[in-house]
Amino acid sequence: MTSVVPTSALSDGAAGWPRIRTVGVDGMLVSFGDRLGEPANRAALAFRAALDRAALVGALETSTSLVSTYVRFDALRVGHAAMRAALLSLLAARDWYGAPLPEGRRLWRIPTVYGGDLAPQLAEAAQAAGMTSEVAIASLSQSRVRVQTIGFAPGQPYLGELDPAWDIPRQKALSDRVPEGALVVAIRQLVLFSVTTPTGWRHVGQTAFRLFRPEADTPFVLRPGDEVLFEAVPPEQMARMRTDPDGGARAERLE
Amino acid sequence: MKRALIVHRAGPGLSVQDDGRPGYLGFGLSRGGAVDRLALVEGAALLGQGESLAALEMAGMGGEFEATCDVRIALTGAPMRASLGGVRLAWNASHLLPAGARLLIGGVEAGSYGYLHLGGGIDLPRILGARSAHLASGLGRFVAAGSQLPVGEESRAALTGVCLAVAPRLDGGEIRVVPSLQTDFFAPSERLRFEATLFRRDARGSRMGVRLIADGPGFHSDAGLSVLSEVVVPGDIQITGDGTPFVLLAECQTTGGYPRLASVLPCDLPRVVQAPAGAALRFRFVTLEEAVAAERQAEAHRKGLPAALRPMVRNLHDMRDLLSYQLISGVTAGDDIERNAT
Repeated sequence: MTSVVPTSALSDGAAGWPRIRTVGVDGMLVSFGDRLGEPANRAALAFRAALDRAALVGALETSTSLVSTYVRFDALRVGHAAMRAALLSLLAARDWYGAPLPEGRRLWRIPTVYGGDLAPQLAEAAQAAGMTSEVAIASLSQSRVRVQTIGFAPGQPYLGELDPAWDIPRQKALSDRVPEGALVVAIRQLVLFSVTTPTGWRHVGQTAFRLFRPEADTPFVLRPGDEVLFEAVPPEQMARMRTDPDGGARAERLE
Repeated sequence: MKRALIVHRAGPGLSVQDDGRPGYLGFGLSRGGAVDRLALVEGAALLGQGESLAALEMAGMGGEFEATCDVRIALTGAPMRASLGGVRLAWNASHLLPAGARLLIGGVEAGSYGYLHLGGGIDLPRILGARSAHLASGLGRFVAAGSQLPVGEESRAALTGVCLAVAPRLDGGEIRVVPSLQTDFFAPSERLRFEATLFRRDARGSRMGVRLIADGPGFHSDAGLSVLSEVVVPGDIQITGDGTPFVLLAECQTTGGYPRLASVLPCDLPRVVQAPAGAALRFRFVTLEEAVAAERQAEAHRKGLPAALRPMVRNLHDMRDLLSYQLISGVTAGDDIERNAT
């Protein structure tokens, strides 16, 4: 299922990467690493953009995950071998690890209530990271994290990368319902939930930020490459944040 | 009068579904749409209309309905106890629902998801290119009692009273899977044990996925709980941290961190969807080549559905050997059949 691209033509990729794997019956995944890293993330974003521009025969849809680019294709018209060959050829076109970040990036400041009833797993997450709750709040609220990909649910960002202390695993069992606007943590990443959902990540903060606005001209608010500061605010502010269309968040352009 | 379907009573799992919203994976929105895509295609064939029109998906239980104008309907997927003016309606068939008549659809008699299709389709405004509710995303919602669903116009007087012979897919059985990107996170012995295990579909399930239960220990990967979140597609068999497999369906997440042991062939997914709680399911790995061949066959089957329509015959007991009635094969047209059926 796996084919390894010769690395001689590519820089920065650890041996064995990038790698092409099949996804189900009609998908292929080009992965630029098995660990989160900025070059691999940039490579995945740039490769997807190139794939969309190339409009390969039979390609139906693309997306990215943290370090991979996915393509769904018409497997009944274009064989797996042909799609793999097309991907390999595009991979050889440049050094994807050296690709720049997407253009038009922004810095968002999103007010966040940490801990308490609104975010009941802060203490548990802090303990897993070897910190007191106070230190954990300081660490999370001062980390400027970047949107590495949008996924899981509509408009929902995976953000990183946090301090190594936050390399904590997911929970073994799923939490049944974590609300929209929840800030959750695992494996040196934050996710801001766009929907109420079961999850294995720990709920450490709560925002009033709506990521998915199906009725709006821009239904999906955050974009890969955007940066975010989840600034700590007291719980008394939540009611007012909820009345603001952006949940109290502000954005500025990044150059 | 405006063409509409009035919902007088609604089961708890009614939603408007079409073939979903491809193209938004990169924004984190999965395709969604009818969980039993084949049922959608069967309904389109029965009404002789496009496969992208929206129908009413009914999880486990139907409701009580009335049309404001004469509307053609078709019933597919899990058969439910349906009647019109006290007369039982055949499943996998099309009928005329006259204006003002009450259509009663009860609980499933087999399978899990039934579908009520309307001539012209349910004509809700499109959001992000489709009419289907994506419940997990808060896009649309369950259809509640008191709703009126707009029904699309039909350009020409068209056929009712036809039926389809549908191959069984309502009782679980053997499901074909392919290895996928994370299959090798699982030791060969775990994969073999997975194939050898007789699962039962848990009562817990939704449009996002169904849980599988089995005797014996859970399934464990070598990846642990810290693997990077990676692309998820419908059909993926996700193993949560406690070793429980979930088969992910139309409304699944677009990425996920729990490792996937295998992926169900799209053409076998309706069988997983329709398996009722407690139904036995077994999984068998096939090669990618076998999977593509199976998908090709399934596509040919879907394309052949319009030609497989048969006029409905009400008094089956008068016709001891249906197969000997070659005269009734072939495409039919005209309201003579409709009158026979209603």
